[in-house]
Amino acid sequence: MKGMTLIVKKTTQLLAGLIFLYGIYVVIHGHLTPGGGFAGGVLIAGSFILLILANGSDFMKLTKEETGSTLYENLAILVAVFLALSGLLFGAKTFFLNWLPKGTLGEIVSAGMIPLYNIFIGIEVAASILSIFLALVIFKEETSE
Amino acid sequence: MEITLSIITGLMILGALYAIHAKDLLSAVIACGIVGYGLVICFLLLKAPDLAIVQIVVETISLIIMVAVVLDSSRQELFSKPDIQGYVSSITAILLIVVLFYFFKISIETLDAFGQGTLRMATHYIEGATDKTGSANLVTGVIFDFRGYDTLGEATVLITAVLGVLTILRIKGKK
Repeated sequence: MKGMTLIVKKTTQLLAGLIFLYGIYVVIHGHLTPGGGFAGGVLIAGSFILLILANGSDFMKLTKEETGSTLYENLAILVAVFLALSGLLFGAKTFFLNWLPKGTLGEIVSAGMIPLYNIFIGIEVAASILSIFLALVIFKEETSE
Repeated sequence: MEITLSIITGLMILGALYAIHAKDLLSAVIACGIVGYGLVICFLLLKAPDLAIVQIVVETISLIIMVAVVLDSSRQELFSKPDIQGYVSSITAILLIVVLFYFFKISIETLDAFGQGTLRMATHYIEGATDKTGSANLVTGVIFDFRGYDTLGEATVLITAVLGVLTILRIKGKK
């Protein structure tokens, strides 16, 4: 897949970082403001997809690193399951127990386990959407050769 | 509010109908976008910004991928002549729609008026949820605490989708 014109390339280079940062903001503030793991993860994946579409498929050697995105996806869902299982060890011993201290309402470090779940679900969603997109790009490259 | 929502849903239905019958596949894909972005406006009017953010980003990404696919392959819709099987399936579909609409009409009469009151389960979610979960955003509190199993299932669906795509689209080792 070839890249687009110079204007599109420069504009995406300016914007992709901001979109990535906004995705991280949405994930981290998921328990305070609208958004959360799913919305932020898709935003993070969208910034990478924007870069690949504008700069061509060999940009940042991203298409070579499909294994990396699938690895992060599997690790993130594994950590989320272990966090859910850790509720079986502490407190009332139930699955998905929120056993960390709640903190004060409205601060970033509050709500116990919910920010941790948000972060790992965000990584999982971003990595899975990115790996689907990369699989499509790699398929097209290999069949057109 | 109800009138605005009705107009937007009517537009969405028109867009979906056009997407089915369009001769050019690119305009069909863009007409699919009407459905998605109309849904975003509906979510915003119903005060659900969490869903609106997810919907607008997912809709944009899927629209970009669909446009790339259409531009890479043919833009012409292939029409086939209707046969007996096609007539039978369309009559069955219309019958199913009528039956579903009838039962929907019966069940909607037992609900409260639009925007009035909450359902029995939602009342327990709203009352004291911030004290129970410690999360200022009620939606995140519900999906990661009260309904954690649902979220885990959703993440599993994503994993399964990626596994399916990687299995279908592999080139090496297929021969």
